[in-house]
Order: sequence, then structure tokens, then C-alpha cells
Amino acid sequence: MIAADLSTVLPELLLAIYAMAALMWGVYLGKDTQARTILWATVGVLFVLAVFVGFAPEGTRTAFGGMFTNDGFGRFAKVVILLGAAIMLALSEDYLTRNDLMKFEFPILIALAVLGMMMMVSAGDLMALYMGLELQSLALYVVASFRRDSLRSTEAGLKYFVLGALSSGLLLYGASLTYGYTGTTTFAGITSVLESEDMSLGLLFGIVFMCCGLAFKVSAAPFHMWTPDVYEGSPTPVTGFFATAPKVAAMALFARLLHDGFGAAVSDWQQILAFLALVSMFLGAIAAIGQRNIKRLMAFSSIGHMGFALMGLAAGTVEGVQAMLIYMAIYVAMNIGVFAFILNMEKDGRPVMDIGSLGLYSRVEPARAAMLAVLMFSLAGVPPLVGFFGKFYVLMAAVDAGLTWLAVAGVVASVIGAFYYLRIIYLMYFGEPADALDGKMPVVHFAALSASAFVMVFGIINLFGVEDIAAAAAATLLQ
Amino acid sequence: MTITVFAFYLFALTAVAAGLMVVLSRNPVHSVLFLILTFFSAAGLFVLMGAEFVAMLLVIVYVGAVAVLFLFVVMMLDVDFAELKDGLAQYMPVGLLVGIILLMELGLVFGHWIIADGAPALRQAVAPMPEDTHNTVALGNLIYTKYIYLFQTSGLILLVAMIGAIVLTLRHRPDIKRQNVLEQMYRDPAKTMQLKDVKPGQGL
Amino acid sequence: MNDLLMEYLPILVFLGVAIGLGLVLLLAAVVVAVRNPDPEKISAYECGFNAFDDARMKFDVRFYLVSILFIIFDLEVAFLFPWAASFQYIGDLGFWSMMVFLGVLTIGFAYEWKKGALEWE
Repeated sequence: MIAADLSTVLPELLLAIYAMAALMWGVYLGKDTQARTILWATVGVLFVLAVFVGFAPEGTRTAFGGMFTNDGFGRFAKVVILLGAAIMLALSEDYLTRNDLMKFEFPILIALAVLGMMMMVSAGDLMALYMGLELQSLALYVVASFRRDSLRSTEAGLKYFVLGALSSGLLLYGASLTYGYTGTTTFAGITSVLESEDMSLGLLFGIVFMCCGLAFKVSAAPFHMWTPDVYEGSPTPVTGFFATAPKVAAMALFARLLHDGFGAAVSDWQQILAFLALVSMFLGAIAAIGQRNIKRLMAFSSIGHMGFALMGLAAGTVEGVQAMLIYMAIYVAMNIGVFAFILNMEKDGRPVMDIGSLGLYSRVEPARAAMLAVLMFSLAGVPPLVGFFGKFYVLMAAVDAGLTWLAVAGVVASVIGAFYYLRIIYLMYFGEPADALDGKMPVVHFAALSASAFVMVFGIINLFGVEDIAAAAAATLLQ
Repeated sequence: MTITVFAFYLFALTAVAAGLMVVLSRNPVHSVLFLILTFFSAAGLFVLMGAEFVAMLLVIVYVGAVAVLFLFVVMMLDVDFAELKDGLAQYMPVGLLVGIILLMELGLVFGHWIIADGAPALRQAVAPMPEDTHNTVALGNLIYTKYIYLFQTSGLILLVAMIGAIVLTLRHRPDIKRQNVLEQMYRDPAKTMQLKDVKPGQGL
Repeated sequence: MNDLLMEYLPILVFLGVAIGLGLVLLLAAVVVAVRNPDPEKISAYECGFNAFDDARMKFDVRFYLVSILFIIFDLEVAFLFPWAASFQYIGDLGFWSMMVFLGVLTIGFAYEWKKGALEWE
């Protein structure tokens, strides 16, 4: 019994054991001199686990009495999370070393955060959901204020912590209402109650509160307030990390909760999600226009993108979940490239985050500028780049589910949002000449940037097969 | 009115009033003391529900430790709280609006509160509560076996908390001599002292 | 009223007496005591001169570290109590479950110790 359970959670178990072993390794064998080794070891472990999870046998297995679900949907999300986290961690090495932040706890905290994310996407129970979420969040609060001598970084950590605690409170309150009505915390139990009986007002409020709590975590408007400050204040590699793996995890958790737990009440939560999606898309598009700081800009961009991903969820269909998964995978791929670039926006060894500094960057570094331009086009959703297909799938799913108005709004928002992505391209090619950035780009970053741009261009052929995998994954969530 | 009902209203009213005072009192130290009172009342409410262990946990962990930590933080912050509260009037309308909406929602939920027909059975299935089992024992029967996954995760969360606290606050002062116990213990008395035979008039 | 709450009745009575007594003493002081305040009497006394600044000052962050580490261990120990109470019912799984939990705790403790967080300097 316990052996079967353990084999189901094997990847998580291995990651937990690795994190603890690395902690002992670091503290007993030379503290921060081992930091680099541990960082690369963590990258390796995350990669190996991604492969391990990715090639795990098909099928759905549950463990610990339904608290943990290992299914195709979870595996897809986990692979994206693990790969995103591994690449962002690999990119952070150079920055951490140069800014004297290379402590061996950093990769360990990231590994533990990833562990929390894996638990989140596999949660089959409200309690398991919460525990995974807290494990992830707690580690993220710490890495947000990792540069503890900087006021901004500590502020970012504190803001994230306070608002994260508030959102956890909302989530717990919703969960308690749900438990009060249904008498169970397992998703299977909630579904069985919902199928046999009517929705009650208490349960509806439970769903609303839980959606609010999770909307905080995915930084969907109107629960986005923390995002710009946290993105701006955190050390840049941490910002990049925030923009990739945790977003996928929170989004997958959202899908898991709504479909696994409340799959029998789609019509009740559909409008909440549609509202969140609508507000996020427009807020992300409009509020980013005034931003000069590229990290804040990426924060608003992430809010807008989360709106599109939520649109897929709002559809409440298999296609919707598939579109959401594809969207998130593409989003992670784009962000890896963009942050590989942002990490090297420097002038005389000091980070420069103002987008004005990109003026005529194409003359300084034509290759990098071209690749960033591709990524920006893709983020804006300009056809025929891959970013467009992400939006396309989501819009299709929304239209098929009868949410045509939302799809139309999405198109309008993406047109508005395209402005600030295109402005960066404009600045790089036709803008005012600025003091040239002279950040050197390490090989790893260049590889990530070019790989990301490559994917955006050549992914249009068949999206590297992600489409079918995501379809299969989405089908397992809604059997 | 039985004593139970009396005790419930006593604790509930104290909890609400003290909770209000946490927010309203001018002196942050008083806020913390009211917070402790709130925790106490909540512990009383838990006892009334038969959840003894949680009640004691609240007293030991929250009152005994968390509140003391809060006091530390309040002392440590060195912030002029009167200044902080200046913004209160500005945000009050919005805050009140959110509060009233939440209250109305709760009122709605409370007014229509029903539980699903299957709920009692489902609840019993997870946590059967035989009459002769003690609350703490019943809890122990669940946590370590049925909820082992959550239990171990909570261990990891505490580990992260530990790492985080140390990463964010620990600073080593390089200019301080530290005691190295092992070095002291392994020090060989035969080697620590050397006897030199100093010849008169030559020195060392 | 059930047996459990009966056991807590003395505590309730005790609470009542404590609150009552406290109130009586406070009110007695208000009613009975002679009060004749003037500005000098009620000002803060600091060895004959006016107070230099606020009594509150910055704590060393190390106090905070010690207390948060204490809370973490406090919480972990709280888990031991139901374990001990239900030890005879939970079998091998329960036993080893706690051992693993304590193992994680020990790893944290070893980290803390080796890192020097427990030294005062």
C-alpha cells in the first residue's frame, strides 16, 4: 500500500530527498564555495526529473487515498515546470555570481519551490492543494527578497508575503465553505456530491473565494497588485523564475481544482473565470503602456497573458484546457528568451532596466536585437509566430464554448497590448540612440535566447508536437 | 441559558471585540496584547467544539510563541505607528466597502446555509469519531497514517521556513572570535606548553 | 452538557474569578485611591532630566531569528503530542512516519547548527 503510494510520488520524493541532501552537502562541505556546484547539480536533477516524468508510463494513478493524482495533465504541467525552472536556474548562475548572491540555499529553495509546484498540479484534495501551494509560496517569498541588502528586494518579498498570505486566507476560507457543504475535501468526493445534489449558495461562495485566492497566485486582475512591485524588486533571475514555473503551476492548479473538483458545476464558475480573463487582458494591455521599466513591463505583460490563459479555462471544455496548456508552454518558452536578454541589460556592469536604453540597440548587437524582436512579436501574438498560435487556440476554445464576446474582447486587448511590445522593437531599430548597453552575454544565455527565438519561428510548423500531447493531457483531466 | 451557551457568547464576543481592538488601538504593543486575547478566546471556542488539541495548540504556539515574536517585531520595527495610521482615513471608505460586501456575502451564506445530504456520511467516512476516543487520539490516528502525505509536506514547509529565516536574517560578524569546541578538546596539553631552558645573559 | 466540557468547567470558573478579581482591584484603585496629578508627576521619569527619545529602539535581528527558530521547533514538537497519545493505534506506518518527519527536522537542525545560527557571537 505505502510502497505503491511512494512509487506514484517517486519524482516528488526524489526531489525532496535531493533538496535535503544538497542542503547537507552545502552546509557541511564548504558552504557557499559549493554554491555553483549545487546550482548545476540542481539544474541537472530538474532536467533528469523532467525526462523521468515526461517518459513515465501513461495512465492515471492516485496515491494516499486520492490526495495525489498522477495523470497525463499533471505530467504535462510538471514537465513544463521542471524544464522552465531548470533553464531559469541555469540562467541565474551568472547574475548571482556577479551580484554576490551566490549562496547554496538559492538552488535548494528553488528545488523546494518546484517540489511544491509538482504537488500543486497533482493535488487531488483541498488540503493537498493548500500544502503544495504553501510549500511553493514560502520558498518563493524567500527568493523574492534574496538580495537582502536591497530595500526593493526586501520590499518585494514582504509585499509578496503579505498579499500571498491574504490570498491563502481567501483560499482556505473558500475551502472551508466547500468542506462545510460537501463534507469532504477530496476532489472526487466533491464531484460526487455535486453530481447528485444541487449547488448551494455556500458552496458557490466557496468557489468564488477559492477562485479569488488562486487568481492572486496567477496574478490575474483584479488581484494583480503585487505583481509589478514584486517583479521589479526581486533579483532579475528570480523575476524570470516567477514569470515561468510558478505561473504554470498556479494555472494548472486552477484547472485541476475547477475541473477535477467542480467539473460538475462548469456554468457556475465559468462567468467568474471569464470576468477574470477579461479584466486581466485589458489591464495587462493598457497598464503596461506607461511602463518604462522592463521588469514592470514584463509584469503587466504576464498579467495580460494570464488573462488569455484564463480564457482557455473559462471555456470549460477539453479544448479550453488544451489551449491553456499550449498557451502556458509557449509563454514559458518566450519568457525564457526574454529574461535571458533582460539578465544582460547592463551598462558598465550595472543593470539598466529602462527601455529607453534599448534605443538603436540593433546597431550595437544586431543578433540579439533581432532575436528579441522575434520574441516581442511572438509575445504580441503577431502571426505567423508561435505566440500567435497560443492565442489562436485559446480564442478558438472560447468561441467554441459560446464565449464569443470574450474572444472578441481578447482580440481587442491583444491589439492594444501589441503596442508596447512593438514599441520595444521600434526603439531597438528606429529609436533615439541611447548610451549603448554593453552587457556581455554568457554562452548559456545566448543559447537560451536563440533557442527561444528559434522555437518561436520554427515552432509554427507543428508546434513541436505539443498540440497532441496537450490534447491528450487535457483529456485526462476531463475524462 | 446553559453554561455552554454562556461560555460560547462570552468567548465569541471577546474574540470579536478584541479582534476589533487589534486594528483600532493606537499603541502597537496593545494591539499585540489584544491579539493574544483573541487567540485565547478562539482557544475557548475550540474547547467548546470539543477540539481540545487545537485549543491547546493555539495557546501554546500562538499565544506562547507567535505573539511573543510579534512583540519582538513590533519592538524591532522602530516605526512611528501614528504616522502609519495617517493613511487610514484615506483608505477607510474602500476598506469599509470591501468589509461590508464580505459581511453581506457571509450573511447570505449564513441565511441560506444548508449542507449536502451526503455530507454527514462523507464526513463520518473520513474521520469516524467514536464516543470513547479522545480528541487528541482521534487526531493522531488520522495525521500520521491516513494523512501521511500532508504530514510530511508540513515537515518540508517547516524546513523551508527554517532555511528562509536563516538565509534572510543571519549575518556573520567576521571580526568576532568564536569558540571552537573540538579544537579545544583535541588540544594536546603536552604541546601547549614548552619549557625553555634560558641561559643567563643570553635570552631566547 | 457533555463530559469533556465538564472537565473544563473549573477553568471557566477560574477565568471568571481571575477576571472578576482583576476588575475589582483595578476599579478599587480608581475609586479609592487619592489622585492629585500634575505635569511633573505624570511625565516620564528618566533620572532627573526629560526623556531623550522614544523608549522603543531597534532590536537586533538576531532575537527575531532565535524566536522564529523556536517557533518552528515548537510547531514540530506539537506534532509529537498526538503521536504519543495515539501511538498504540497507528502501527508501524505511524511510527516511521514520525521518524521521517523527525529526520527532516534533524536535517534542518543540522543545517542551522552548522550554519552557526544558534551561536550568539
